[in-house]
Amino acid sequence: MIELKNVSFKVASDNDTLEIIDNIDLKIDDGKFTVITGPNGGGKSTIARLIMGIEKPTSGSIIFDGQDITDLSVTDRAKLGIGYAFQQPPRFKGLTVRKLLSLAHGSNLPVDECCAYLTNVGLCSKEYLNREVDASLSGGEVKRIEIASIMARDLKVAIFDEPEAGIDLWSFSMLIETFKNMAKKKDKSIVLISHQERIMKMADEIIVIADGRIRDRGEAGVIFPRLMNEFEENCDFRGKAGKANE
Amino acid sequence: MNKIDSHMLEAVADMHSIPAGAYNIRKNGEGVARNSTENIIIEPKKDKPGIDIIIKPGTKNESVHIPVIITETGIEELVYNDFFIGDDADVLIVAGCGIHNSGSKKSEHDGIHRFHIGKNAKIKSVEKHYGEGEGTGERVLNPVTEVEMDENSYCEMEMVQIKGVDSTQRETTASLKAGAKLVIFEKLMTHGNQSARSNMVVNLNGENSSAQIISRSVAKDTSEQVFYPRAVGNNLCRAHVQCDSIIMDNAKIRSIPEIAANNCDAQIVHEAAIGRINNDQLIKLQTFGLSKEEAEEVIIQGFLK
Repeated sequence: MIELKNVSFKVASDNDTLEIIDNIDLKIDDGKFTVITGPNGGGKSTIARLIMGIEKPTSGSIIFDGQDITDLSVTDRAKLGIGYAFQQPPRFKGLTVRKLLSLAHGSNLPVDECCAYLTNVGLCSKEYLNREVDASLSGGEVKRIEIASIMARDLKVAIFDEPEAGIDLWSFSMLIETFKNMAKKKDKSIVLISHQERIMKMADEIIVIADGRIRDRGEAGVIFPRLMNEFEENCDFRGKAGKANE
Repeated sequence: MNKIDSHMLEAVADMHSIPAGAYNIRKNGEGVARNSTENIIIEPKKDKPGIDIIIKPGTKNESVHIPVIITETGIEELVYNDFFIGDDADVLIVAGCGIHNSGSKKSEHDGIHRFHIGKNAKIKSVEKHYGEGEGTGERVLNPVTEVEMDENSYCEMEMVQIKGVDSTQRETTASLKAGAKLVIFEKLMTHGNQSARSNMVVNLNGENSSAQIISRSVAKDTSEQVFYPRAVGNNLCRAHVQCDSIIMDNAKIRSIPEIAANNCDAQIVHEAAIGRINNDQLIKLQTFGLSKEEAEEVIIQGFLK
């Protein structure tokens, strides 16, 4: 279980400090499929980066399976079984897809296992194994390889930051299946930052983050309709379009 | 052949045993093993140190290994190796030099390689440089490479300095006739207070000749590197020069790709970049459980692969 206790994260900006995360308390239970959603700039990715250790909280603590990991490095947290798929994964000149997946796995991955991970994210595996994860791959391809690299790891908590961004419709359906299968196994906690309806509907729990705080949280069946209503109310354009049709 | 010899030969020429095909092994200033084949003849030069490598026209799928190792301190040599590659041949040439200096004197190997590549011939040449040894004596390698390419020939050169070379001054020149294609991959790593300079001039003289120069380097500690590749288009031709460097610690790098056109049908492009290892790359690998140092090593190895 991951727990954020009174976590705040502030950054200096000009003569001011910006509160990116404002005193959040949050528990993510084992084996749950949690979706974090909310407006852009609300602090979703920062929460993921705080859990992974890429950013350190200004105050508060992060507890993982009873251990205070607030001061642990990214490497140490990775070794405890926390993984994070970047929203914009970096590219590596000279590093092949197979090598990257092997590094993620922690040892050399046999070809057939590499292929299985790639197939799961909708990539025709044989073509990709020896390709370099460099600028020759499209944004969507890099993104899918990133997701495959998380699957190649043996994790307790897997965090995916907008995995659907930049991925075409066909591959997206395949990804949904993959996430469904991961969720079914219940062997790890999955945290997905997403705005996608289909992803939100799969969740055990939805957490809505806005202005650095938890604005709402609960079962997907309860939260999702509320989010939709909120959208209807706040979206002027949609209201006018409705009237125009009357 | 002792343990150090075997290790050096493996490092510079991937040789695990005596290679199949033609070879010449030079150790501490003299030839210690040589083998010619029906199609590839290796002869020592009569007037100066070095060898002639004569590859008969039409020779296919054969290889030549000509590694040089220096395991004594205080050896300084200048060696001339001439390759005469016959028309239509298709061969692999593996050169390379390793210096193991455990003494206090400088050890230096200056190799002058001249490639005369015949019409329609195709070669791949790999040359690795490596230095090691616990001594304080400098390890110096100054290679000169001259390439003459006849019509429609193809030449791929991989020039690699792995590590441990205190000082290097590399001079490479090439001239290409019609339809010839040259591809150069230069990979260099310097550390400590090493220095490296690589000058290159590629003259594209023939119609439809083309060249691609890719230079990748990593400079660590207080080492210094200078790259000066030049592509000169004298005809309808294409060339691309690319220098890409990772800079670390207190190192210094100068990268000066130069392109020149003396013909309005010449198309020549260059690009150069120097920068530190991208932080996102380091973090990504750390999220796999690698330490920062391990992550750096993986990135450098990949970059120089």
